[in-house]
Amino acid sequence: MDCRDVRNLLHPYSDGELDLVRHLQVEHHLAECASCTEQDRGLRQLRAAVASAPLYHRAPAGLRARLRPPPAAPARRRPSARLAATAAGVAVLAAGVLFWRAGPPAEDRLAGEVVAGHVRSLQVSHLTDVASSDRHTVKPWFRGKVDFAPPVPDLSGHGYALTGGRLDYLADRPVAALVYHRRLHAINVFVWPADDSEGGARSLGRQGFHIRSWHRSGMAYWVISDLNAGELDEFVRLFRDHATAPPP
Amino acid sequence: MDVDERGRFEEATLPHLDAAYNLARWLTRDDHAAEDVVQEAFCRAARFFAGFRGGDGRTWLLAVVRRASFDWLAKQRARAAAPFDEDVHDRGDESLDPVHLAVRNADRQLLRQALEEMPPEFREVLVLRELEGLSYQEIAAVTEVPVGTVMSRLSRGRKQLQRRLAPCAGGGE
Repeated sequence: MDCRDVRNLLHPYSDGELDLVRHLQVEHHLAECASCTEQDRGLRQLRAAVASAPLYHRAPAGLRARLRPPPAAPARRRPSARLAATAAGVAVLAAGVLFWRAGPPAEDRLAGEVVAGHVRSLQVSHLTDVASSDRHTVKPWFRGKVDFAPPVPDLSGHGYALTGGRLDYLADRPVAALVYHRRLHAINVFVWPADDSEGGARSLGRQGFHIRSWHRSGMAYWVISDLNAGELDEFVRLFRDHATAPPP
Repeated sequence: MDVDERGRFEEATLPHLDAAYNLARWLTRDDHAAEDVVQEAFCRAARFFAGFRGGDGRTWLLAVVRRASFDWLAKQRARAAAPFDEDVHDRGDESLDPVHLAVRNADRQLLRQALEEMPPEFREVLVLRELEGLSYQEIAAVTEVPVGTVMSRLSRGRKQLQRRLAPCAGGGE
């Protein structure tokens, strides 16, 4: 084995990737060749430098949280949620305590269902039943499938592209789910008829997702995404501005 | 994906989240893009999990992350720098004086920068070998190239790093 052969093998040698025979041949050569030994030293110094430099990027905690789905399917925890709702209701009556941020328990349970619906839609490759960026395709698709007509505003000019729609099941009823995208972030907009007339706007955070909800013209709207809060707020504003409210 | 399968999926993939993010971060060179790419990769991985029959979850996941990263890079290509010319950059086996390679703290920034500026096919083998500690065989599985290519990219990549860290040694400048 001459210097040329050895230099070609120095990298796999320092990586411990040579078979025993060749490893020993290189070792033997290095013991006798000053010039190749210098090369080997240079390589080892470089590797030590790379190893000692803080080059490793650890995953941010928020990312880990977003990749974990909600702890249980909504159907499974419904009895305990109902129990919790009753208990909490009693507590409210007794102490007059207002739930701050978390909202009333029913709201809280709904938020859990919204998270589960969002995660499920991303996980099972079932984001859309009707995949289209055309609101004139998506909107009529819901006809006959749900007993209401969700508004489907076109926000592509603002960087929020409509990618489709799907049927989902929330709050013990079928709901319309509209899907928009901002870059790689999916935004689910759940829409269904609700008794509360106006207002009721809420901002929540659950498991790394941002949630916005409001009522308007007899419809409940729940928006969820892992998009940053600022852009999601902008989306909500645009959605509300561009949604032509259907008759109640 | 039912609850049991979801559990198996998490068991196989979540322990390697750091490795997934590290690779995506080095390939995209962008914090937000890396998060997007990892999320996309986990979605793809979940979709194809039925095809995963045990074995090395890390290699399997990293291969998915790598493909998602390259998809992202393809979209960014319009903004990318001129293509890498190996003939210009790889001048073969020049001697390097190890004295000049002693790495001081000030060089760490240079090292990071040198690695970031390296073409992705060299960057990925260096990251997988030096930061992740994968074997040549595993790197070959992740990057979908023969082991011989892994070996030559690794040695060329390291020589480039050495040149960057020791501009006055060898290199013919």
